Amino acid sequence: MSTQPRYTRLSGLEPFVITPDLLFVNVGERTNVTGSAAFKKLVKEERYDEAVEVARQQVENGAQIIDVNMDEGLIDSEKAMEKFLNLIAAEPDIARVPVMVDSSKWTVIEAGLRCLQGKGVVNSISLKEGEEIFLEHARKVLAYGAAVVVMAFDETGQADTQARKVEICTRAYKILTEQVGFPPEDIIFDPNIFAIATGIEEHNNYAVDFIEATREIKATLPYCHVSGGVSNVSFSFRGNETVRGAIHSVFLYHAIKAGMDMGIVNAGAMPIYDDLDPELRELVEDVVLNRRADATERLLDIAEKYKKGKGEQATGNKEKLAWREKPVKERLSHALVHGIDEFVEVDTEETRLLSTRPLDVIEGPLMDGMNVVGDLFGAGKMFLPQVVKSARVMKKAVAYLLPFIEAEKARTGDAGKSNGKIVIATVKGDVHDIGKNIVGVVLRCNNFDVVDLGVMVPAQKILDAARAENADMIGLSGLITPSLEEMSHVAKEMQRQDFHVPLLIGGATTSRAHTALKIEPHYKSPTVWVKDASRAVGVAQSLISKELVDGFMAKIRAEYAEIRERHKDRGPAKRLVSLAHARGQSFDGGWDKHAPPTPNKPGITVFDDYPLADLVERIDWSPFFNTWELAGSYPQILDDDIVGAQARELFADAQKMLQQIVAEKWLKASAVIGLWPAARVGDDVEVVPESGKKTMLHFLRQQVDKPPGRPDFCLADFVAPKDAGKQDWIGGFAVTAGIGIEEKLEEFGKSFDDYSSILLKALADRLAEAFAERLHERVRKEYWGYATDETLSNDELVAEKYSGIRPAPGYPACPDHTEKGTLFALLDATRNTGIELTESFAMYPTAAVSGWYFSHPGSQYFVLGRVSKEQIEDYAKRKGWSVAEAERWLAPNLDYDPE
Amino acid sequence: MNNNLPWLNPARTQLLLDALATRILVIDGAMGTMLQSYKLDEDGYRGQRFAEGKDAHHGHEHHGAGCDLKGNNDLLSLTQPEIIKAVHTAYLDAGADLIETNTFNATTISQADYHLEHLAYELNREGARIARECCDAVEAKTPDQPRFVIGVLGPTSRTASISPDVNNPGFRNVTFEELDTTYREATRGLLDGGADVIMVETIFDTLNAKAALYAVGQEFARRGARVPIMISGTITDMSGRTLSGQTAEAFHYSLRHAQPLSIGLNCALGASELRQYVEALANIAECYVSTHPNAGLPNAFAEYDETPEQMAATVGEFATSGLVNLVGGCCGTSPAHIRAIADAVRGVAPRAPRIVESQAA
Repeated sequence: MSTQPRYTRLSGLEPFVITPDLLFVNVGERTNVTGSAAFKKLVKEERYDEAVEVARQQVENGAQIIDVNMDEGLIDSEKAMEKFLNLIAAEPDIARVPVMVDSSKWTVIEAGLRCLQGKGVVNSISLKEGEEIFLEHARKVLAYGAAVVVMAFDETGQADTQARKVEICTRAYKILTEQVGFPPEDIIFDPNIFAIATGIEEHNNYAVDFIEATREIKATLPYCHVSGGVSNVSFSFRGNETVRGAIHSVFLYHAIKAGMDMGIVNAGAMPIYDDLDPELRELVEDVVLNRRADATERLLDIAEKYKKGKGEQATGNKEKLAWREKPVKERLSHALVHGIDEFVEVDTEETRLLSTRPLDVIEGPLMDGMNVVGDLFGAGKMFLPQVVKSARVMKKAVAYLLPFIEAEKARTGDAGKSNGKIVIATVKGDVHDIGKNIVGVVLRCNNFDVVDLGVMVPAQKILDAARAENADMIGLSGLITPSLEEMSHVAKEMQRQDFHVPLLIGGATTSRAHTALKIEPHYKSPTVWVKDASRAVGVAQSLISKELVDGFMAKIRAEYAEIRERHKDRGPAKRLVSLAHARGQSFDGGWDKHAPPTPNKPGITVFDDYPLADLVERIDWSPFFNTWELAGSYPQILDDDIVGAQARELFADAQKMLQQIVAEKWLKASAVIGLWPAARVGDDVEVVPESGKKTMLHFLRQQVDKPPGRPDFCLADFVAPKDAGKQDWIGGFAVTAGIGIEEKLEEFGKSFDDYSSILLKALADRLAEAFAERLHERVRKEYWGYATDETLSNDELVAEKYSGIRPAPGYPACPDHTEKGTLFALLDATRNTGIELTESFAMYPTAAVSGWYFSHPGSQYFVLGRVSKEQIEDYAKRKGWSVAEAERWLAPNLDYDPE
Repeated sequence: MNNNLPWLNPARTQLLLDALATRILVIDGAMGTMLQSYKLDEDGYRGQRFAEGKDAHHGHEHHGAGCDLKGNNDLLSLTQPEIIKAVHTAYLDAGADLIETNTFNATTISQADYHLEHLAYELNREGARIARECCDAVEAKTPDQPRFVIGVLGPTSRTASISPDVNNPGFRNVTFEELDTTYREATRGLLDGGADVIMVETIFDTLNAKAALYAVGQEFARRGARVPIMISGTITDMSGRTLSGQTAEAFHYSLRHAQPLSIGLNCALGASELRQYVEALANIAECYVSTHPNAGLPNAFAEYDETPEQMAATVGEFATSGLVNLVGGCCGTSPAHIRAIADAVRGVAPRAPRIVESQAA
């Protein structure tokens, strides 16, 4: 089995795993008597039914953890904690999330922990009363099975400066991990958010101290989290909710960028960073970031303007409802962005009456609003609860429209007779679906009833759906190599669960040989590899037809049997050389003469929102046409006798959409690159990133029997070995041009516009490739800077006529996809670009490219080809894997049959 | 938890760890089903010691008086030890590597139903001692197959996170403290009697299990030594949740702080219904995975009628699919089932636990 990432794994009734892509974990604060006067009143008066409703609303509004605090002089805190936790345990829609037991009294915390069946969080413990008490509490927390918030507080007091915060957190981290054996991922630091703009000069830097301490803590104390109570920061403006909200919004925007990943925030009530009055935002930013000495005074000067006193409440409300005066479409959009569902049905009805089709309401104002929400969230300017609210408004509107849409469908009536029903899915661990979607479209055009289950679909779900839908066949798709294994798994499960419907296999890494050898033998009913979408209809029709199926399958089965025979008889002609022999003829970097170039800018560089216009001209168009199954090279293909007309039409559509993509910012491109000191150690490369934590990259070596003088390549050969006495470097990159694509796709999905969907995905893929090419160029010229005088045309770039390479894990030179995990960790790629890795190491968004940079002038792309069991065993040892695991991940490269 | 403590019995623990690293181990099957075949009546359950209507070893009139003891299977460890030994031995002969002590209800809380709370420690100690004796005897005959005693901590008859009163959801009929006390006493008995591992099993309320693990941890700390811990939960129906409402993943995350030797599922469902939940655990667990399902789902007469062959085929597939490290049986299973299961998993490679990303900084 493979390594699993060290994520914080909490639970209520359901698991809650804090993965980097969550960006920010929102802790609900309304069930805290010190933070909510209303909740305090309910508990004091023992109105527990209503108190439970407060918790329910918190979860509905998007709280991922709920904080419960009963610290109030007039309440028996222990009793109240027990009573409340027992009550919410009985409410499945509350109890599904983990609980944060919050108290300054240890006895109350312990009472709370004794009521939680899930894994919760203790808030908090600290070094305030010395190490002995700290150790005792920490051991207890571990015995009760909870994560812990540690306050930056020690024997001498609460930490206020960056240095003190970091010092205390580092000390606590050491004690917890080294003496208690506390899992580092279960430690959440609260480095104290203090009030700023109090008029006292020493307080001016408090926000900066927090933000910078956060940055340092996250960089030096691996796996921990940073949290805090945000409302403290604006304490000096209490009574002026507008300014307070603005301070919270600005503070969080910067703190999250620095690595704060959890917090007690009433996000539902917080304004969106971009929505802030620019004047106010500027002044607030001066205060939060302590940018000028008179910042507080300047903010105070205008604060009054934003204050809504009691006498002005009426105007406040009027102002609040001013948006109701706008045209209805704008009102809908406003309601979506601000999550107001009060008027949504009225507005939807009004828009529907103005529209030709009910669907137009969804495609127009509703989608526009959701796109804005998506953009703001993607940019870290809106938070999850706000988005949840927006989605709810959308749902309400759609639910309202649904009967009208159905009625319209019935009126225009197009219930044709189906050819047959097929359930299609991209298998578990894989997110690539262009091919699958094309197949879906083609089959639908041919009157098949297609049930598309989407991407990353577990085997059982596919089979359950096939049963429930009474499907006539099942189609599986996947692009990355681990998906091949998953497809075998599905086939085995189909056999085990007694399925008899045909199984269709498709996708870029699949092949007739793989299907014949590894899939078809596991499933007794028809199993057919489908080369591309154009064959899908023919195959599906042959399988569904009683007259054709037997003859068709007899032919296929004979073909597959022959492939298996041939595979068995693979002659000794292709014998591999031994690993020692291959290593003996490794590539010689001539290190005594070659001086590896030193990067101009070592370390990590992040490119957020890279201009798309800069990428358009660098697009390599030939693969684009291949996606659409139009064979030929660009630009010749446009004049091709057979496909020329088609190609020209497609190209025109693509150009048009591309303009829209750029002008209307449909997509956002982000990237991260890193350049680090590195040295070859055998077939591995040791990298020393900024953190100083040495990381080993693992590569494989060709074992081809080559004539003397022609090396058996391994990527490690392109880096100077440790004993060469030369400091060499290696680079890594991850780029995407697919950020924001979902909103657009959803829009197309809603209007059943598969063409635009697929077109957009294909273009996003091309832009990502172009981005990778462009960045590589900039790395060669600027960041690494070893080719400052390089001048190549786009065609020459496409033809890779430059010095240095950028091979990608999972591709021919280094086919092990799991190395992408190491690459992503080094680059902190998910946080820096938004690209996520699935369990099979596919990247999402799919319009993404990642890989290594090698600078050596002799470095070149090669195909690893097959490797021997000897090398697999060696590699497994280096990776810390079992041999079986190595065989699973490298299945397509094995020179032997592991079974 | 107290993962820095030394093993209480390092040599035996090492034998167990070595065995787990190389093969799939077999746990025994149901005790209750086997006992039914002896058709014991009230006198049979009471044996000599309780024949007078009270506990002859204690002077107090009310112990075991005034209520039937028939059905108190755990009591048989004291009143009919030869029967218990016979069942254990039958499972060991069938090929079980580990046998579970006859202590499922041997807690003060569960024995209170028979007014026999005072026997809790003794039931656990004797339960472990008897199992130990059987294991030692069989191990002497088959020295290359070490046999282990699983000291069983059952769920008790009460739930710490579910109210028994639908009109009063905040009410609880047992507290964490009470469970802690009762489980500590049981653990003390199991360890004194010679259990090789402690298994908290048939968990339908995770909070009960947390209390049990807390108690076990405290008992380890008191002794300054520990034994491996096994955890086994119960998915009550096809909703895929425990009785207290957790998914298999949430269940695992709630208990993995105990750093168990294994996590798994038993009871309530048959093997084929359990498969997807066992797979869910197999996908995430950094420890070994166990399962001891019922012999299918109960039929119209509440009997389990899956045959040894049927059950072994299903469990054997778990093994070949790489899902499990320990397999056995629960309600309705017999030595024939265990023998068939042992045959089915023999020679099949055990599941490799997931490795957590290294902590090294």
